Parts: sequence; structure tokens; C-alpha cells
Amino acid sequence: MVHDKTIPSRIFDIVNYTLLLIIGLVTILPFLHVIAGSFTTVAELAQKRFVLFPTEWSLDAYRYIFSTNTIFKSLGVSVGVTFFGTMFSMLLTCLMAYGLSRKDLDGRNFIMFMVVFTMLFSGGMIPTFLVVKELGMIDTYAALIVPTAINAFNLIIMRNFFQNLPEGLEESAKIDGAGDWGILFRIVIPLSMPAIATISLFYAVTYWNTYMQAILYLNDGAKWPVQVILRQIVILASGLTADTSSMEDFVRPPEQTVKMAVIVVATLPILCVYPFLQKHFAKGALLGSIKG
Amino acid sequence: MSETAVSTGMNPDVDVKPPKQDSGRMKRIIKNRAIYMMILPGFLYFLIFKYIPMSGLVIAFQDYQAFLGVMNSPWVGFKHFERLFTEPMFFTILSNTLILFMMNLLFYFPVPIILALMLNEVRREVFKRFIQTMVYIPHFMSWVIIVSISFVMLSMDRGIINELLAMMGFEKINFLMSSDWFRPMYVLQVIWREAGWGTIIYLAAMAAIDPGLYEASRIDGASRFRQIWHITLPSIRSVIVVLLILKIGDVLELGFEHVYLLLNSMNREVAEIFDTYVYTAGLRQGQFSFSTAVGFFKSIIGLIMVMLANWLAKKAGEEGIY
Repeated sequence: MVHDKTIPSRIFDIVNYTLLLIIGLVTILPFLHVIAGSFTTVAELAQKRFVLFPTEWSLDAYRYIFSTNTIFKSLGVSVGVTFFGTMFSMLLTCLMAYGLSRKDLDGRNFIMFMVVFTMLFSGGMIPTFLVVKELGMIDTYAALIVPTAINAFNLIIMRNFFQNLPEGLEESAKIDGAGDWGILFRIVIPLSMPAIATISLFYAVTYWNTYMQAILYLNDGAKWPVQVILRQIVILASGLTADTSSMEDFVRPPEQTVKMAVIVVATLPILCVYPFLQKHFAKGALLGSIKG
Repeated sequence: MSETAVSTGMNPDVDVKPPKQDSGRMKRIIKNRAIYMMILPGFLYFLIFKYIPMSGLVIAFQDYQAFLGVMNSPWVGFKHFERLFTEPMFFTILSNTLILFMMNLLFYFPVPIILALMLNEVRREVFKRFIQTMVYIPHFMSWVIIVSISFVMLSMDRGIINELLAMMGFEKINFLMSSDWFRPMYVLQVIWREAGWGTIIYLAAMAAIDPGLYEASRIDGASRFRQIWHITLPSIRSVIVVLLILKIGDVLELGFEHVYLLLNSMNREVAEIFDTYVYTAGLRQGQFSFSTAVGFFKSIIGLIMVMLANWLAKKAGEEGIY
């Protein structure tokens, strides 16, 4: 596009750039405020109110939250659930997606319909809870993983990706004597690494952010992932919600800096993978919008 | 299986022409047994965690007792639905749901479109990517994080917003415990988390517009606003229509986690929606059958809305969503 250099157009650009910059800043200022606040002292936060760059650095808040092992433990749970959950989900998703990408498969349309229908209608919270309970998964980490193992949307994205791989590859592998498992693991999966990375990140973020499954299926506070602990400390500690179950470790309402530190701890892993996320997720979101 | 006609009609036989259709299909199934083994775990997943719960909806017509199980609990017909429709809470929930939905549609839905239009006018790729990087961030944060940050900033006890209000001589506002502030807070958080991410699909549609159109209009002396109005917007019209219809299909999906986190005894009368009600009545109070009936009602309305929306999309000359 050739640049339009008239004066109204220049003014348009200046206004547009300024507004966008403001929107961008407003979006991330709360995060910066929380990060900066977590590294400062209670006194400085109280005095200066809006801190973006602490003058008095302090790790007090972090020392406080790591003085008991509640946070450590919940971070461990979250890391474990994210790691094993992503592996498990990817295994199931890839296997099923590859199977469904094979055009010569009898029953393929029926199974696809079965998958798509779950996106439109569901048994809902209580019947699902009863199934999980019947399976003896209440208060197990499996409850955070298995009941949400496959996301139908991700499955369809993967299937579309596999379907678009050149068909000749499989044919020639078959002539070379490879079986279906060999084709999948030695040819299809190595060729699909971009899609696999994208979907893995989708799953990983979902598992890291898991909250609802935990409050539905885990009564045992010792097993809670970091998101639930975060809610206990920041949201419930303000004495807001009617339900104030098991909060042994933080009886006094915590200081602002402490709340901020917990938020940072729960956010940091995502901010660390964010550069990768952004690149892949934008692609993934578009893949998903071209439904097959 | 009932898909015989579909699948045999779909698949041309690549192997030796079989004497009878059925034996050919048997052969194919045996040949593909490894593929079925691959599908099996996923198939079982959908069966156990999606379809068995769907069949579990029958407890909406029972007085479900945990020790009797689904098989032996007494049948009560539409008792729980009758209770739902006569419960005063039902209308509160329904109107809360509709009001939140309308506010979403009015205040959230246009934001990604406007933001995408603005981003699309940026010619410096570096600047554009810089802004995109910032506005996408909140999408990856859980609702717990989004709500927690809001709470820290809005709290009466040294929350930055209330400190600023006090500094400017206003009275502090107890945003978190107020029924007046619940809805604006809900919508603002939706905008904060999703508006940036929502631009992606519009930006993709805008990227497909022929640059020649802009060239020509510029030569004709069209201003930047006129270009947006007469070229960009019409070009993304169909995307807007499809997303609008999808949104309507999701009328009852207001986000259990988000609302549940904001919910407290002070704002319950405006914040209670179907999902939170099901959770409280079902899992907290143990009224399994009644809350399943509430959930069932919600799922049915949801399904009808999606189908209606899809039908409307096709009517409007757009491609449906399925």
C-alpha cells in the first residue's frame, strides 16, 4: 500500500497511534502495577499508591508466601497437572485425530458427528460430576485431567491438519511396508510438529488455568492447584464470599503486597511462555475458525 | 452401526472390487483395525465423559438418591421442572442472564471490531505487533487471575482505584460488594480479557482485502474514514454477521468461573446465573435432581439457540457454522 501523505491522513495516523498506545498501556498497566507492588514494601505501596517502579525493593511478600508450604505445594500440583495433562491430552487427541483423518475409515462420519454434537449439547455439571464420582476420581489429581482430556475443538483442528498432509506420503510408506502405527509415529507426527506445538500450548494453558474442575472434584485442600489457592488468598480473604472453607494458613487478611505476590506467582509461568503462545495461538485461533 | 449407507456411499473401493458390498466393508474394517485401536481411547473418553452424563440427564425426572443410584431412584416426571418454573428465583436468574447477555452484546461485541479497524490502519508492522502483543496478554490469564487483579485494584482496603477516588475528593466505592457495580465490572473484565484476542479473526478477514481498492479510492480522494466505512467494513460484514450469530447462540454461556468468582452475598440478586445456581443447589445443597433439571433446561435452550442462530446465518446468505 502506498502511503497517503495528505495532512488529514497524517492527523488520522497520529490520533490512531496515540489511541492504540493508550489502549495497549491500559491493558497491561494492571499487570505491571501488581508485579511492581509485589516487590515493594507495604509502607511504600501505602504511601505512593500507584507503583510502577519500586524505589524500595523488598522480597518480604515473597518470603511471607513461601514461609508455609501451601503455595509451593499448589505450584507443584499445577506444574504436575499441566505436564501430565498436556501429555495425556495430546496422546489421546493425536491418536483420535489421525484415525479420523483417514478417509477410507468406515464409521468416520458417525464418530465425527458424535464429537461435534458434544460441542452443542452436554449433560451438564451434575451428571458429569456423578460420573466422575462413580469412577472414584473425587479427590484425585486424575479428576483435573481425565474428565477434560479431549477438547473437541482441538481435536478437529488436529484432524484438519492431518487431513491436509499430502496423501502420497502414506501411500509410499505403505509400499515400504510400514504399518499404521509406524506411519503415524514416524511420518505423520514428525511432519506435524507446528500443529502439535500449537495444540500442546492450548492444552497447557488450559491445564495451568484449571479452576472449575478443582472446585468441583477436589474437597481436599492439600491437593488444590495454585488457581484455587489464589482465589482463597485474594478473593475470599477479603471476606466477600459466603463460602469460606478451609483457609488455615492465612487467617489474618493478607496485605496487598502479599496478594500481589501470589498473583505474580500464578501468572509468571504463562508470561514466560507468552512469546511462544502469541506466535502459535494466533495461528491456532485461525485454524479453528476454518472448521471442516 | 447405522451409518452404513453414508460410509459405503462415501468411500470408493480402492481394493479389488468385492463381490458383495458387505464383505468388502468387513475386509476394510479388518484392514483398518490399527486405526480403530487409535480411535478407541478417544471414543471411550467421549462415551464416558460426554454421553453417559447426557444419559444421566434422566435424573432430572427422578428423585435421585445417591444410595439408590440412577437405576432405582423413584421417577417423579416433571416435578423438578414445575418447581423451577414456579420458583421466584427462576425469573431473577433468567433476567440476570438476559441483561448480562445484552450488555455483552452492546458493550463488548463492537470493541474488537473497532480495535481491529484501528490496528488495520497501522502501517508500521513493528508498532502493530507491539500493540497486539500487549492486548493479547489477558486472554491467557485465567478468570481467577483477572478477577484477583481486579479485586486488588478495587478493594476498599488500599485498592488503587479507591485511593485515586479518595485523592480526588470522592467517596470510596465498595465495588466488590455492590449490586450496582457488578454488571459494569463483569463487562469491563470481559472487555479487558477478550477484546484484544477478539481482533484476530477480523484482522485476518481484513488482510484478505485487495489493496487495489484502497489505492483506487485514494486516487478518488476518499479520506481514511471513508475508506474504513466503504471498503473495510463491508469486506468484513460476513465475519461480523457470523460472529454475532455465534454470540446469540451462546446466550446462556456467560462463563461459570467468571461469574462464580465475582459472586457474593451482596450482589447475588443481580449476579446469580443458571450455572452458578446449578452449582450451589446441586453440589452445595445436594439437590442433584433439581439442579440437573435446571442444567437440562439451560442445555436445551442453548441447543435451540445455536440451531436457530445457524438457520438465521444461512437465511442471511452466510455460511452456517456447521
